Amino acid sequence: METLEFNNKTIAVNEEGYLKDSAQWSPELAHQLAKDVNISLTDKHFQVLNWLRAKQAEGVALSIRKVGNSGIVDIKEFYQLFPGGPLKISSKIAGIPKPVSCI
Amino acid sequence: MKNLLILGSGTAGTMMANKLHKDLNRKVWNITIVDPEVVHYYQPGFLFVPFGIYQPEDVVRMKAEFLPREVNFIVDEVTRITGEKNEVTLKERGTLPYDVLIIATGANVVPGETPGLEGKLWHKEIFDFYTYEGATLLAKKLETWQGGKLVINLTETLIKCPVAPLEFAFLADAYFTEKGMRSKVEIFYVTPLSGAFTKPKATKMLSALLEEKHITVIPDFYVQEVDNERKVLISYDQKEVPFDLLVTVPVNKGADMIAASHMGDEDGLNFVPTDKHTLQSKKFENVFVIGDATNVPASKAGSVAHFEGEILLENILSFIHQLPLEAKFDGHANCFIETGYGKAALIDFNYETEPLAGKFPWPIVGPMGLLKVNRANHFGKLAFRWIYWHILLTGKSLPVTSNMSMAGKEVEKEIVKH
Repeated sequence: METLEFNNKTIAVNEEGYLKDSAQWSPELAHQLAKDVNISLTDKHFQVLNWLRAKQAEGVALSIRKVGNSGIVDIKEFYQLFPGGPLKISSKIAGIPKPVSCI
Repeated sequence: MKNLLILGSGTAGTMMANKLHKDLNRKVWNITIVDPEVVHYYQPGFLFVPFGIYQPEDVVRMKAEFLPREVNFIVDEVTRITGEKNEVTLKERGTLPYDVLIIATGANVVPGETPGLEGKLWHKEIFDFYTYEGATLLAKKLETWQGGKLVINLTETLIKCPVAPLEFAFLADAYFTEKGMRSKVEIFYVTPLSGAFTKPKATKMLSALLEEKHITVIPDFYVQEVDNERKVLISYDQKEVPFDLLVTVPVNKGADMIAASHMGDEDGLNFVPTDKHTLQSKKFENVFVIGDATNVPASKAGSVAHFEGEILLENILSFIHQLPLEAKFDGHANCFIETGYGKAALIDFNYETEPLAGKFPWPIVGPMGLLKVNRANHFGKLAFRWIYWHILLTGKSLPVTSNMSMAGKEVEKEIVKH
């Protein structure tokens, strides 16, 4: 099993670096995870991360379009905050599982 | 008398009308089905039309042919569901009351959602193949096309028959090869997903196929608009892909009346929040949802609607008798993947288990191979058209279990869970 060390705690992650237990997440850990992908987190980033965590806890299947309809950011801004693959990257920093598709 | 009302007479709605007609007490229950269209299209066949494998007339029948005579078929458009009053409003004929409602209004492509898609190149150099019109016009275009960059683009991750665009790429490779002009065509597969496939085992097997067929995959490309002047796709993060011929899979949406009824999911795509196991709507307990119309995290495909059908029948009968909804759908999907040259692959999976290699439907003997490319799978796919008209729509059971079976699947140590 893969792990990462943070503040003297061991946190279990999967082979792609996604947290296995989203309860182990903290804003401080988010800063650390974001640093790995060269993102420095602002309040706007955290608004998105908290929204993702809340939706994930409700069992909502997440998509870029849903984030774009969240009222926090539009799709373009979401890409600017988390360049490359915004949903994959933000999910990892938010400590929630990688979004899945059916194929 | 009580009323069971079905909205939508496509694959799922027609199948439910046939099943319920057999199992409901007709002295107590009236069954009514509403759809604005009189023609039933065999949608899986649209894939074959652009390549001349099927002629347009091969995929068209009349809806009424497949509905029991005792079921009332109303040709009209639903404008609104008022769940608080248990009634549905129609465009022409006023309101219809219901005791139990089934929403089976499916998904449609909406090219207008992407700026520039329906611009001056629409149906000239930009086509879809998810509609009868698009597939037919694309067939004409391909007949005379001289070659260049063929770009296949998925505008969204949530589309019906998620393997169809890949099958299109494979069939295009074979089509141009057989015409002796493959060297004049570059094929690009442009997707918002992180790859043509995302599940590990299917990715491994199918990535090799893409490479072998010289199909270039451009992943993580989420299209924002199409520039008709420069003939390029532009993504939300300003990447560009040029094309000579664009085959698009436009944004897929549920029926507009779902939004008008305030019953859609929060992505604005008009799919109905549905319990993924019982298929009951999350908003109204006497409303059930089946097929492409739901927001359950299963493929939007006829096989899924079929497997859901058996579960939904059981749960509606339980609901009517005030019993708990005990039948649980597991997300079972079963898809042929046509790979060209008379061969196909087959995948079988559910919410929890990714597509695995093996034999289907029976262990060892098959005759169809899971995650393998062979001729038996291709004949399975062609035979499916007959099965669709004669077995699936008429609500009969196939010799395949509704919930997925692990029999015949090759499992390495543990089942990969997601």
